[in-house]
Amino acid sequence: MPKLTINGIEVEVERGTTVLEAARFLGLPIPTLCHDDGLTPYGACRLCLVEVTNGPRSKLQAACTLPADDGLVVQTHSARVERARQLLLELYVATTPQSKTIQDLASRYGVTRVRLTPEFEDCIQCGKCVRICREQMMAGAIGFAYRGNRRKVMAPFRPQSDICRQCGACMYICPVCELRCHGAEAETTLCSGCLNFAPACLDYHDHAMCFLDPCVACELAGPLRQDLVWPAVKPPESPK
Amino acid sequence: MPRLQSLEDLEARRAACVGARDPAKPCLALCAGSGCTASGAPEVLAALRESLERAGLEGAVELKSTGCHGFCEKGPVMLTWPEGTFYNQVAARDAKEIVASVSNGRRPVERLLYRDPTSGERVQREEDVPFYRFQQRVLFGNNGRIDPKNIDDYLGVGGYAALGKALTGSTPEQVVDWVKRAGLRGRGGAGFPTGKKWEVMRAQPATPKYLICNADEGDPGAFMDRSLLEGNPHSVIEGMIIGAFALGAREGYIYVRAEYPLAVEHFRVALAQAEECGLLGESILGSGLDFRIRLVQGAGAFVCGEETALIASIEGHVGEPLPRPPFPAQKGLWGKPTVINNVKTWASVPVIVNRGPEWYAAIGTTGSKGTMVFSLVGKINNTGLVEVPMGITLREMIYKIGGGIPNGRALKAVQIGGPSGGCIPASLIDLPIDYEALTEAGSMMGSGGMVVMDETNCMVDVARYFMEFLEEESCGKCFPCRKGTQRMREILTRISQGQGAEDDLKLLEDLGWMVRETSLCGLGQTAPNPVLTTLRYFRDEYLAHVRERRCPAKVCKQLITYSIEPTLCDGCHACVHVCTTEAILGEKKAAHTIDAAKCIKCGACLEVCQPKAVLVT
Ligand SMILES: Cc1cc2nc3c(=O)[nH]c(=O)nc-3n(C[C@H](O)[C@H](O)[C@H](O)COP(=O)(O)O)c2cc1C
Ligand code: SF4
Ligand code: SF4
Ligand code: FES
Repeated sequence: MPKLTINGIEVEVERGTTVLEAARFLGLPIPTLCHDDGLTPYGACRLCLVEVTNGPRSKLQAACTLPADDGLVVQTHSARVERARQLLLELYVATTPQSKTIQDLASRYGVTRVRLTPEFEDCIQCGKCVRICREQMMAGAIGFAYRGNRRKVMAPFRPQSDICRQCGACMYICPVCELRCHGAEAETTLCSGCLNFAPACLDYHDHAMCFLDPCVACELAGPLRQDLVWPAVKPPESPK
Repeated sequence: MPRLQSLEDLEARRAACVGARDPAKPCLALCAGSGCTASGAPEVLAALRESLERAGLEGAVELKSTGCHGFCEKGPVMLTWPEGTFYNQVAARDAKEIVASVSNGRRPVERLLYRDPTSGERVQREEDVPFYRFQQRVLFGNNGRIDPKNIDDYLGVGGYAALGKALTGSTPEQVVDWVKRAGLRGRGGAGFPTGKKWEVMRAQPATPKYLICNADEGDPGAFMDRSLLEGNPHSVIEGMIIGAFALGAREGYIYVRAEYPLAVEHFRVALAQAEECGLLGESILGSGLDFRIRLVQGAGAFVCGEETALIASIEGHVGEPLPRPPFPAQKGLWGKPTVINNVKTWASVPVIVNRGPEWYAAIGTTGSKGTMVFSLVGKINNTGLVEVPMGITLREMIYKIGGGIPNGRALKAVQIGGPSGGCIPASLIDLPIDYEALTEAGSMMGSGGMVVMDETNCMVDVARYFMEFLEEESCGKCFPCRKGTQRMREILTRISQGQGAEDDLKLLEDLGWMVRETSLCGLGQTAPNPVLTTLRYFRDEYLAHVRERRCPAKVCKQLITYSIEPTLCDGCHACVHVCTTEAILGEKKAAHTIDAAKCIKCGACLEVCQPKAVLVT
């Protein structure tokens, strides 16, 4: 059983465990975008980077694909890791500012500015949809085509695949096919909404009712249209 | 051709090859590498053959087409043996004279000899041409001597002797130890110690084990590996067979890009000949070693040179890198232990076995042993392929071998290591070329591209150019490389158009740092080098672009204007004729003017203006 050190804590894990799993076992939070339990690790989003020291040299490596090995010395939140993550998230927000998942990560990791023009792309190529389709839905209806900036998720050669059962797993797992709180055309690139505003439901209730993660209603409708989306939970009429 | 069953058979065959050859018999060895082929070698070859026939000398003079001699700039080039006379820029019409000189007491054809540009004197022998004099051609030395399509030629210069020595006189462990002691480091870019890689692979229990020769060579302008495969394919095959013996592999692959048809052809011929002789196949030289090599052609993506992407490509998957560890030496092709080495790395193995690790380790510096092959291009007089001992300084490289910068211009920077190498400023000209020194300067050895730049190169433009290439070649799998290269290219374009801000420099540095630190494979990890080094060494030039909206090298089109100095213009109208957009106005014999709205800044007028009245500001 390999024994390694994570943030100064010695941990022994089973062979075949990744550093990400080992860190999570210790309760150390490592952000991920392309990882999902149950899917083959892919190592493309690079958010799960940790600093691995090996003798005099140290290097950032993706925790999700790094096998836990004897004698590894890992830092999950060193200054270097934090800086890399912040810059990475700045680039993520600029690429897909409409994604709530990414906005949430940005605010959690202290991204306070975005110096790049927003692009509103609809895919970050995390490959989760491709893997869930093949590995969990046993379909393999979609894959990647083209290279570099033109790389795309699509069905082979044509838009509609014969083997796609329209199960929707790809949409379910996608971190980008979703809207942030203020909708697709929000005025600012960086949201940080939850840091600055009280939840919208506070206008209706005297305490936050929100237990959904993510809060679907506020995202889709915004505070003003809640009457349309949430008719069933309209606040009770106050007794006359 | 009978199969060689033992070392004795091999030596007998070699003796027969050598014996059949009269060392005094004249031989014309014409380079038929891709460069010289492009500049007319096939016509020269036909003309030489015809002239020999006419003179009735077919039997008395041997005519040979060899691989690349390196000095492509002066192609077609040829050597005449046994004197070693070097002719350059040979044309078909020269054939008669060359043949005549071979028969009439061998006075060389004076006008085809290389002329030293500084002294103006003609130089007869190849080794006295400055371009060759300061080289040490350990791997490329035989390129000008042998016909790559004839295994007997290779045997004649001592080929496969190292294989014989390894198979009969040593153990696999010993061979690995020799490679380790020689200090050989991978020539494909990263410079990983080859012996160490081999040891890791040997320690793996899984079987079968595979060898791969990486001949993808995707760097624009690089042609070292191609030239070796074209000119001396057996040296690579021999290296791989020795590797198979040392590493316990029975199957090897060579991955060549399909854009190298001549290399593919020569390698195929060499493979067939080696198989026929029993140097590949079952029980090689009766030793019990079985080994075969398959050739796979790649479709020409830069990223497919990355080892894990290359393996994926051989397996029939998309050429996208995988995370390491596990390294290929642990889990490579078909999930089995695989040693992947560069063409030159494999070709170095027979040299080490033949000459001994101590001999090899005596060349070079403490950390970098042996010779390195560079393709020297850009603003330099002698472009071509050069093989030099590690540790040679940039100054020697540029001024002694390269013959300096054309038109008396000043050296500005040298970009080393391929598209993602860094730009080293002229002030570091005494930097020794070894792995550590280059890395410290922000560049890298890479696979040996060397682009020389002079004062007419704009460093912002250079950085933008390479970033464009890397953005195009990024496989797109991991986010920082895919989007980071795109954003950096956009910012660099903005700066070169005079729309940059000073904050952009910090942003470029941040993005560059992040892409280098976080990318999955070597492409992304090195992609920011050109930007980061130009920012480090040529910051003034960036500042001129963003603060003053000025391009000091006068390259960035949006930042320069063309005008005509009326006091110098004699109204000859030459510029008017070349200007495709009719931007130049003026009566004959009167001073002309340029309409800035129509001018596309192509520079055509600048070139034709005799009194130098066209100004670029
Ligand atoms: C983007 C990229 C392109 C590469 N291209 C080549 C190549 O064309 N030829 C090569 O030998 N190695 C190339 N490499 C290096 C290989 O990954 C690998 O390190 C090398 O083949 C190992 O052989 P060596 O130890 O003999 O250098 C490339 C690496 C990267 C990251
Ligand atoms: S569509 Fe969504 S899940 Fe699929 S690769 Fe793109 S971002 Fe990932
Ligand atoms: S660094 Fe670039 S080339 Fe390498 S895996 Fe990532 S996207 Fe592909
Ligand atoms: S979670 Fe590890 S790279 Fe995406």
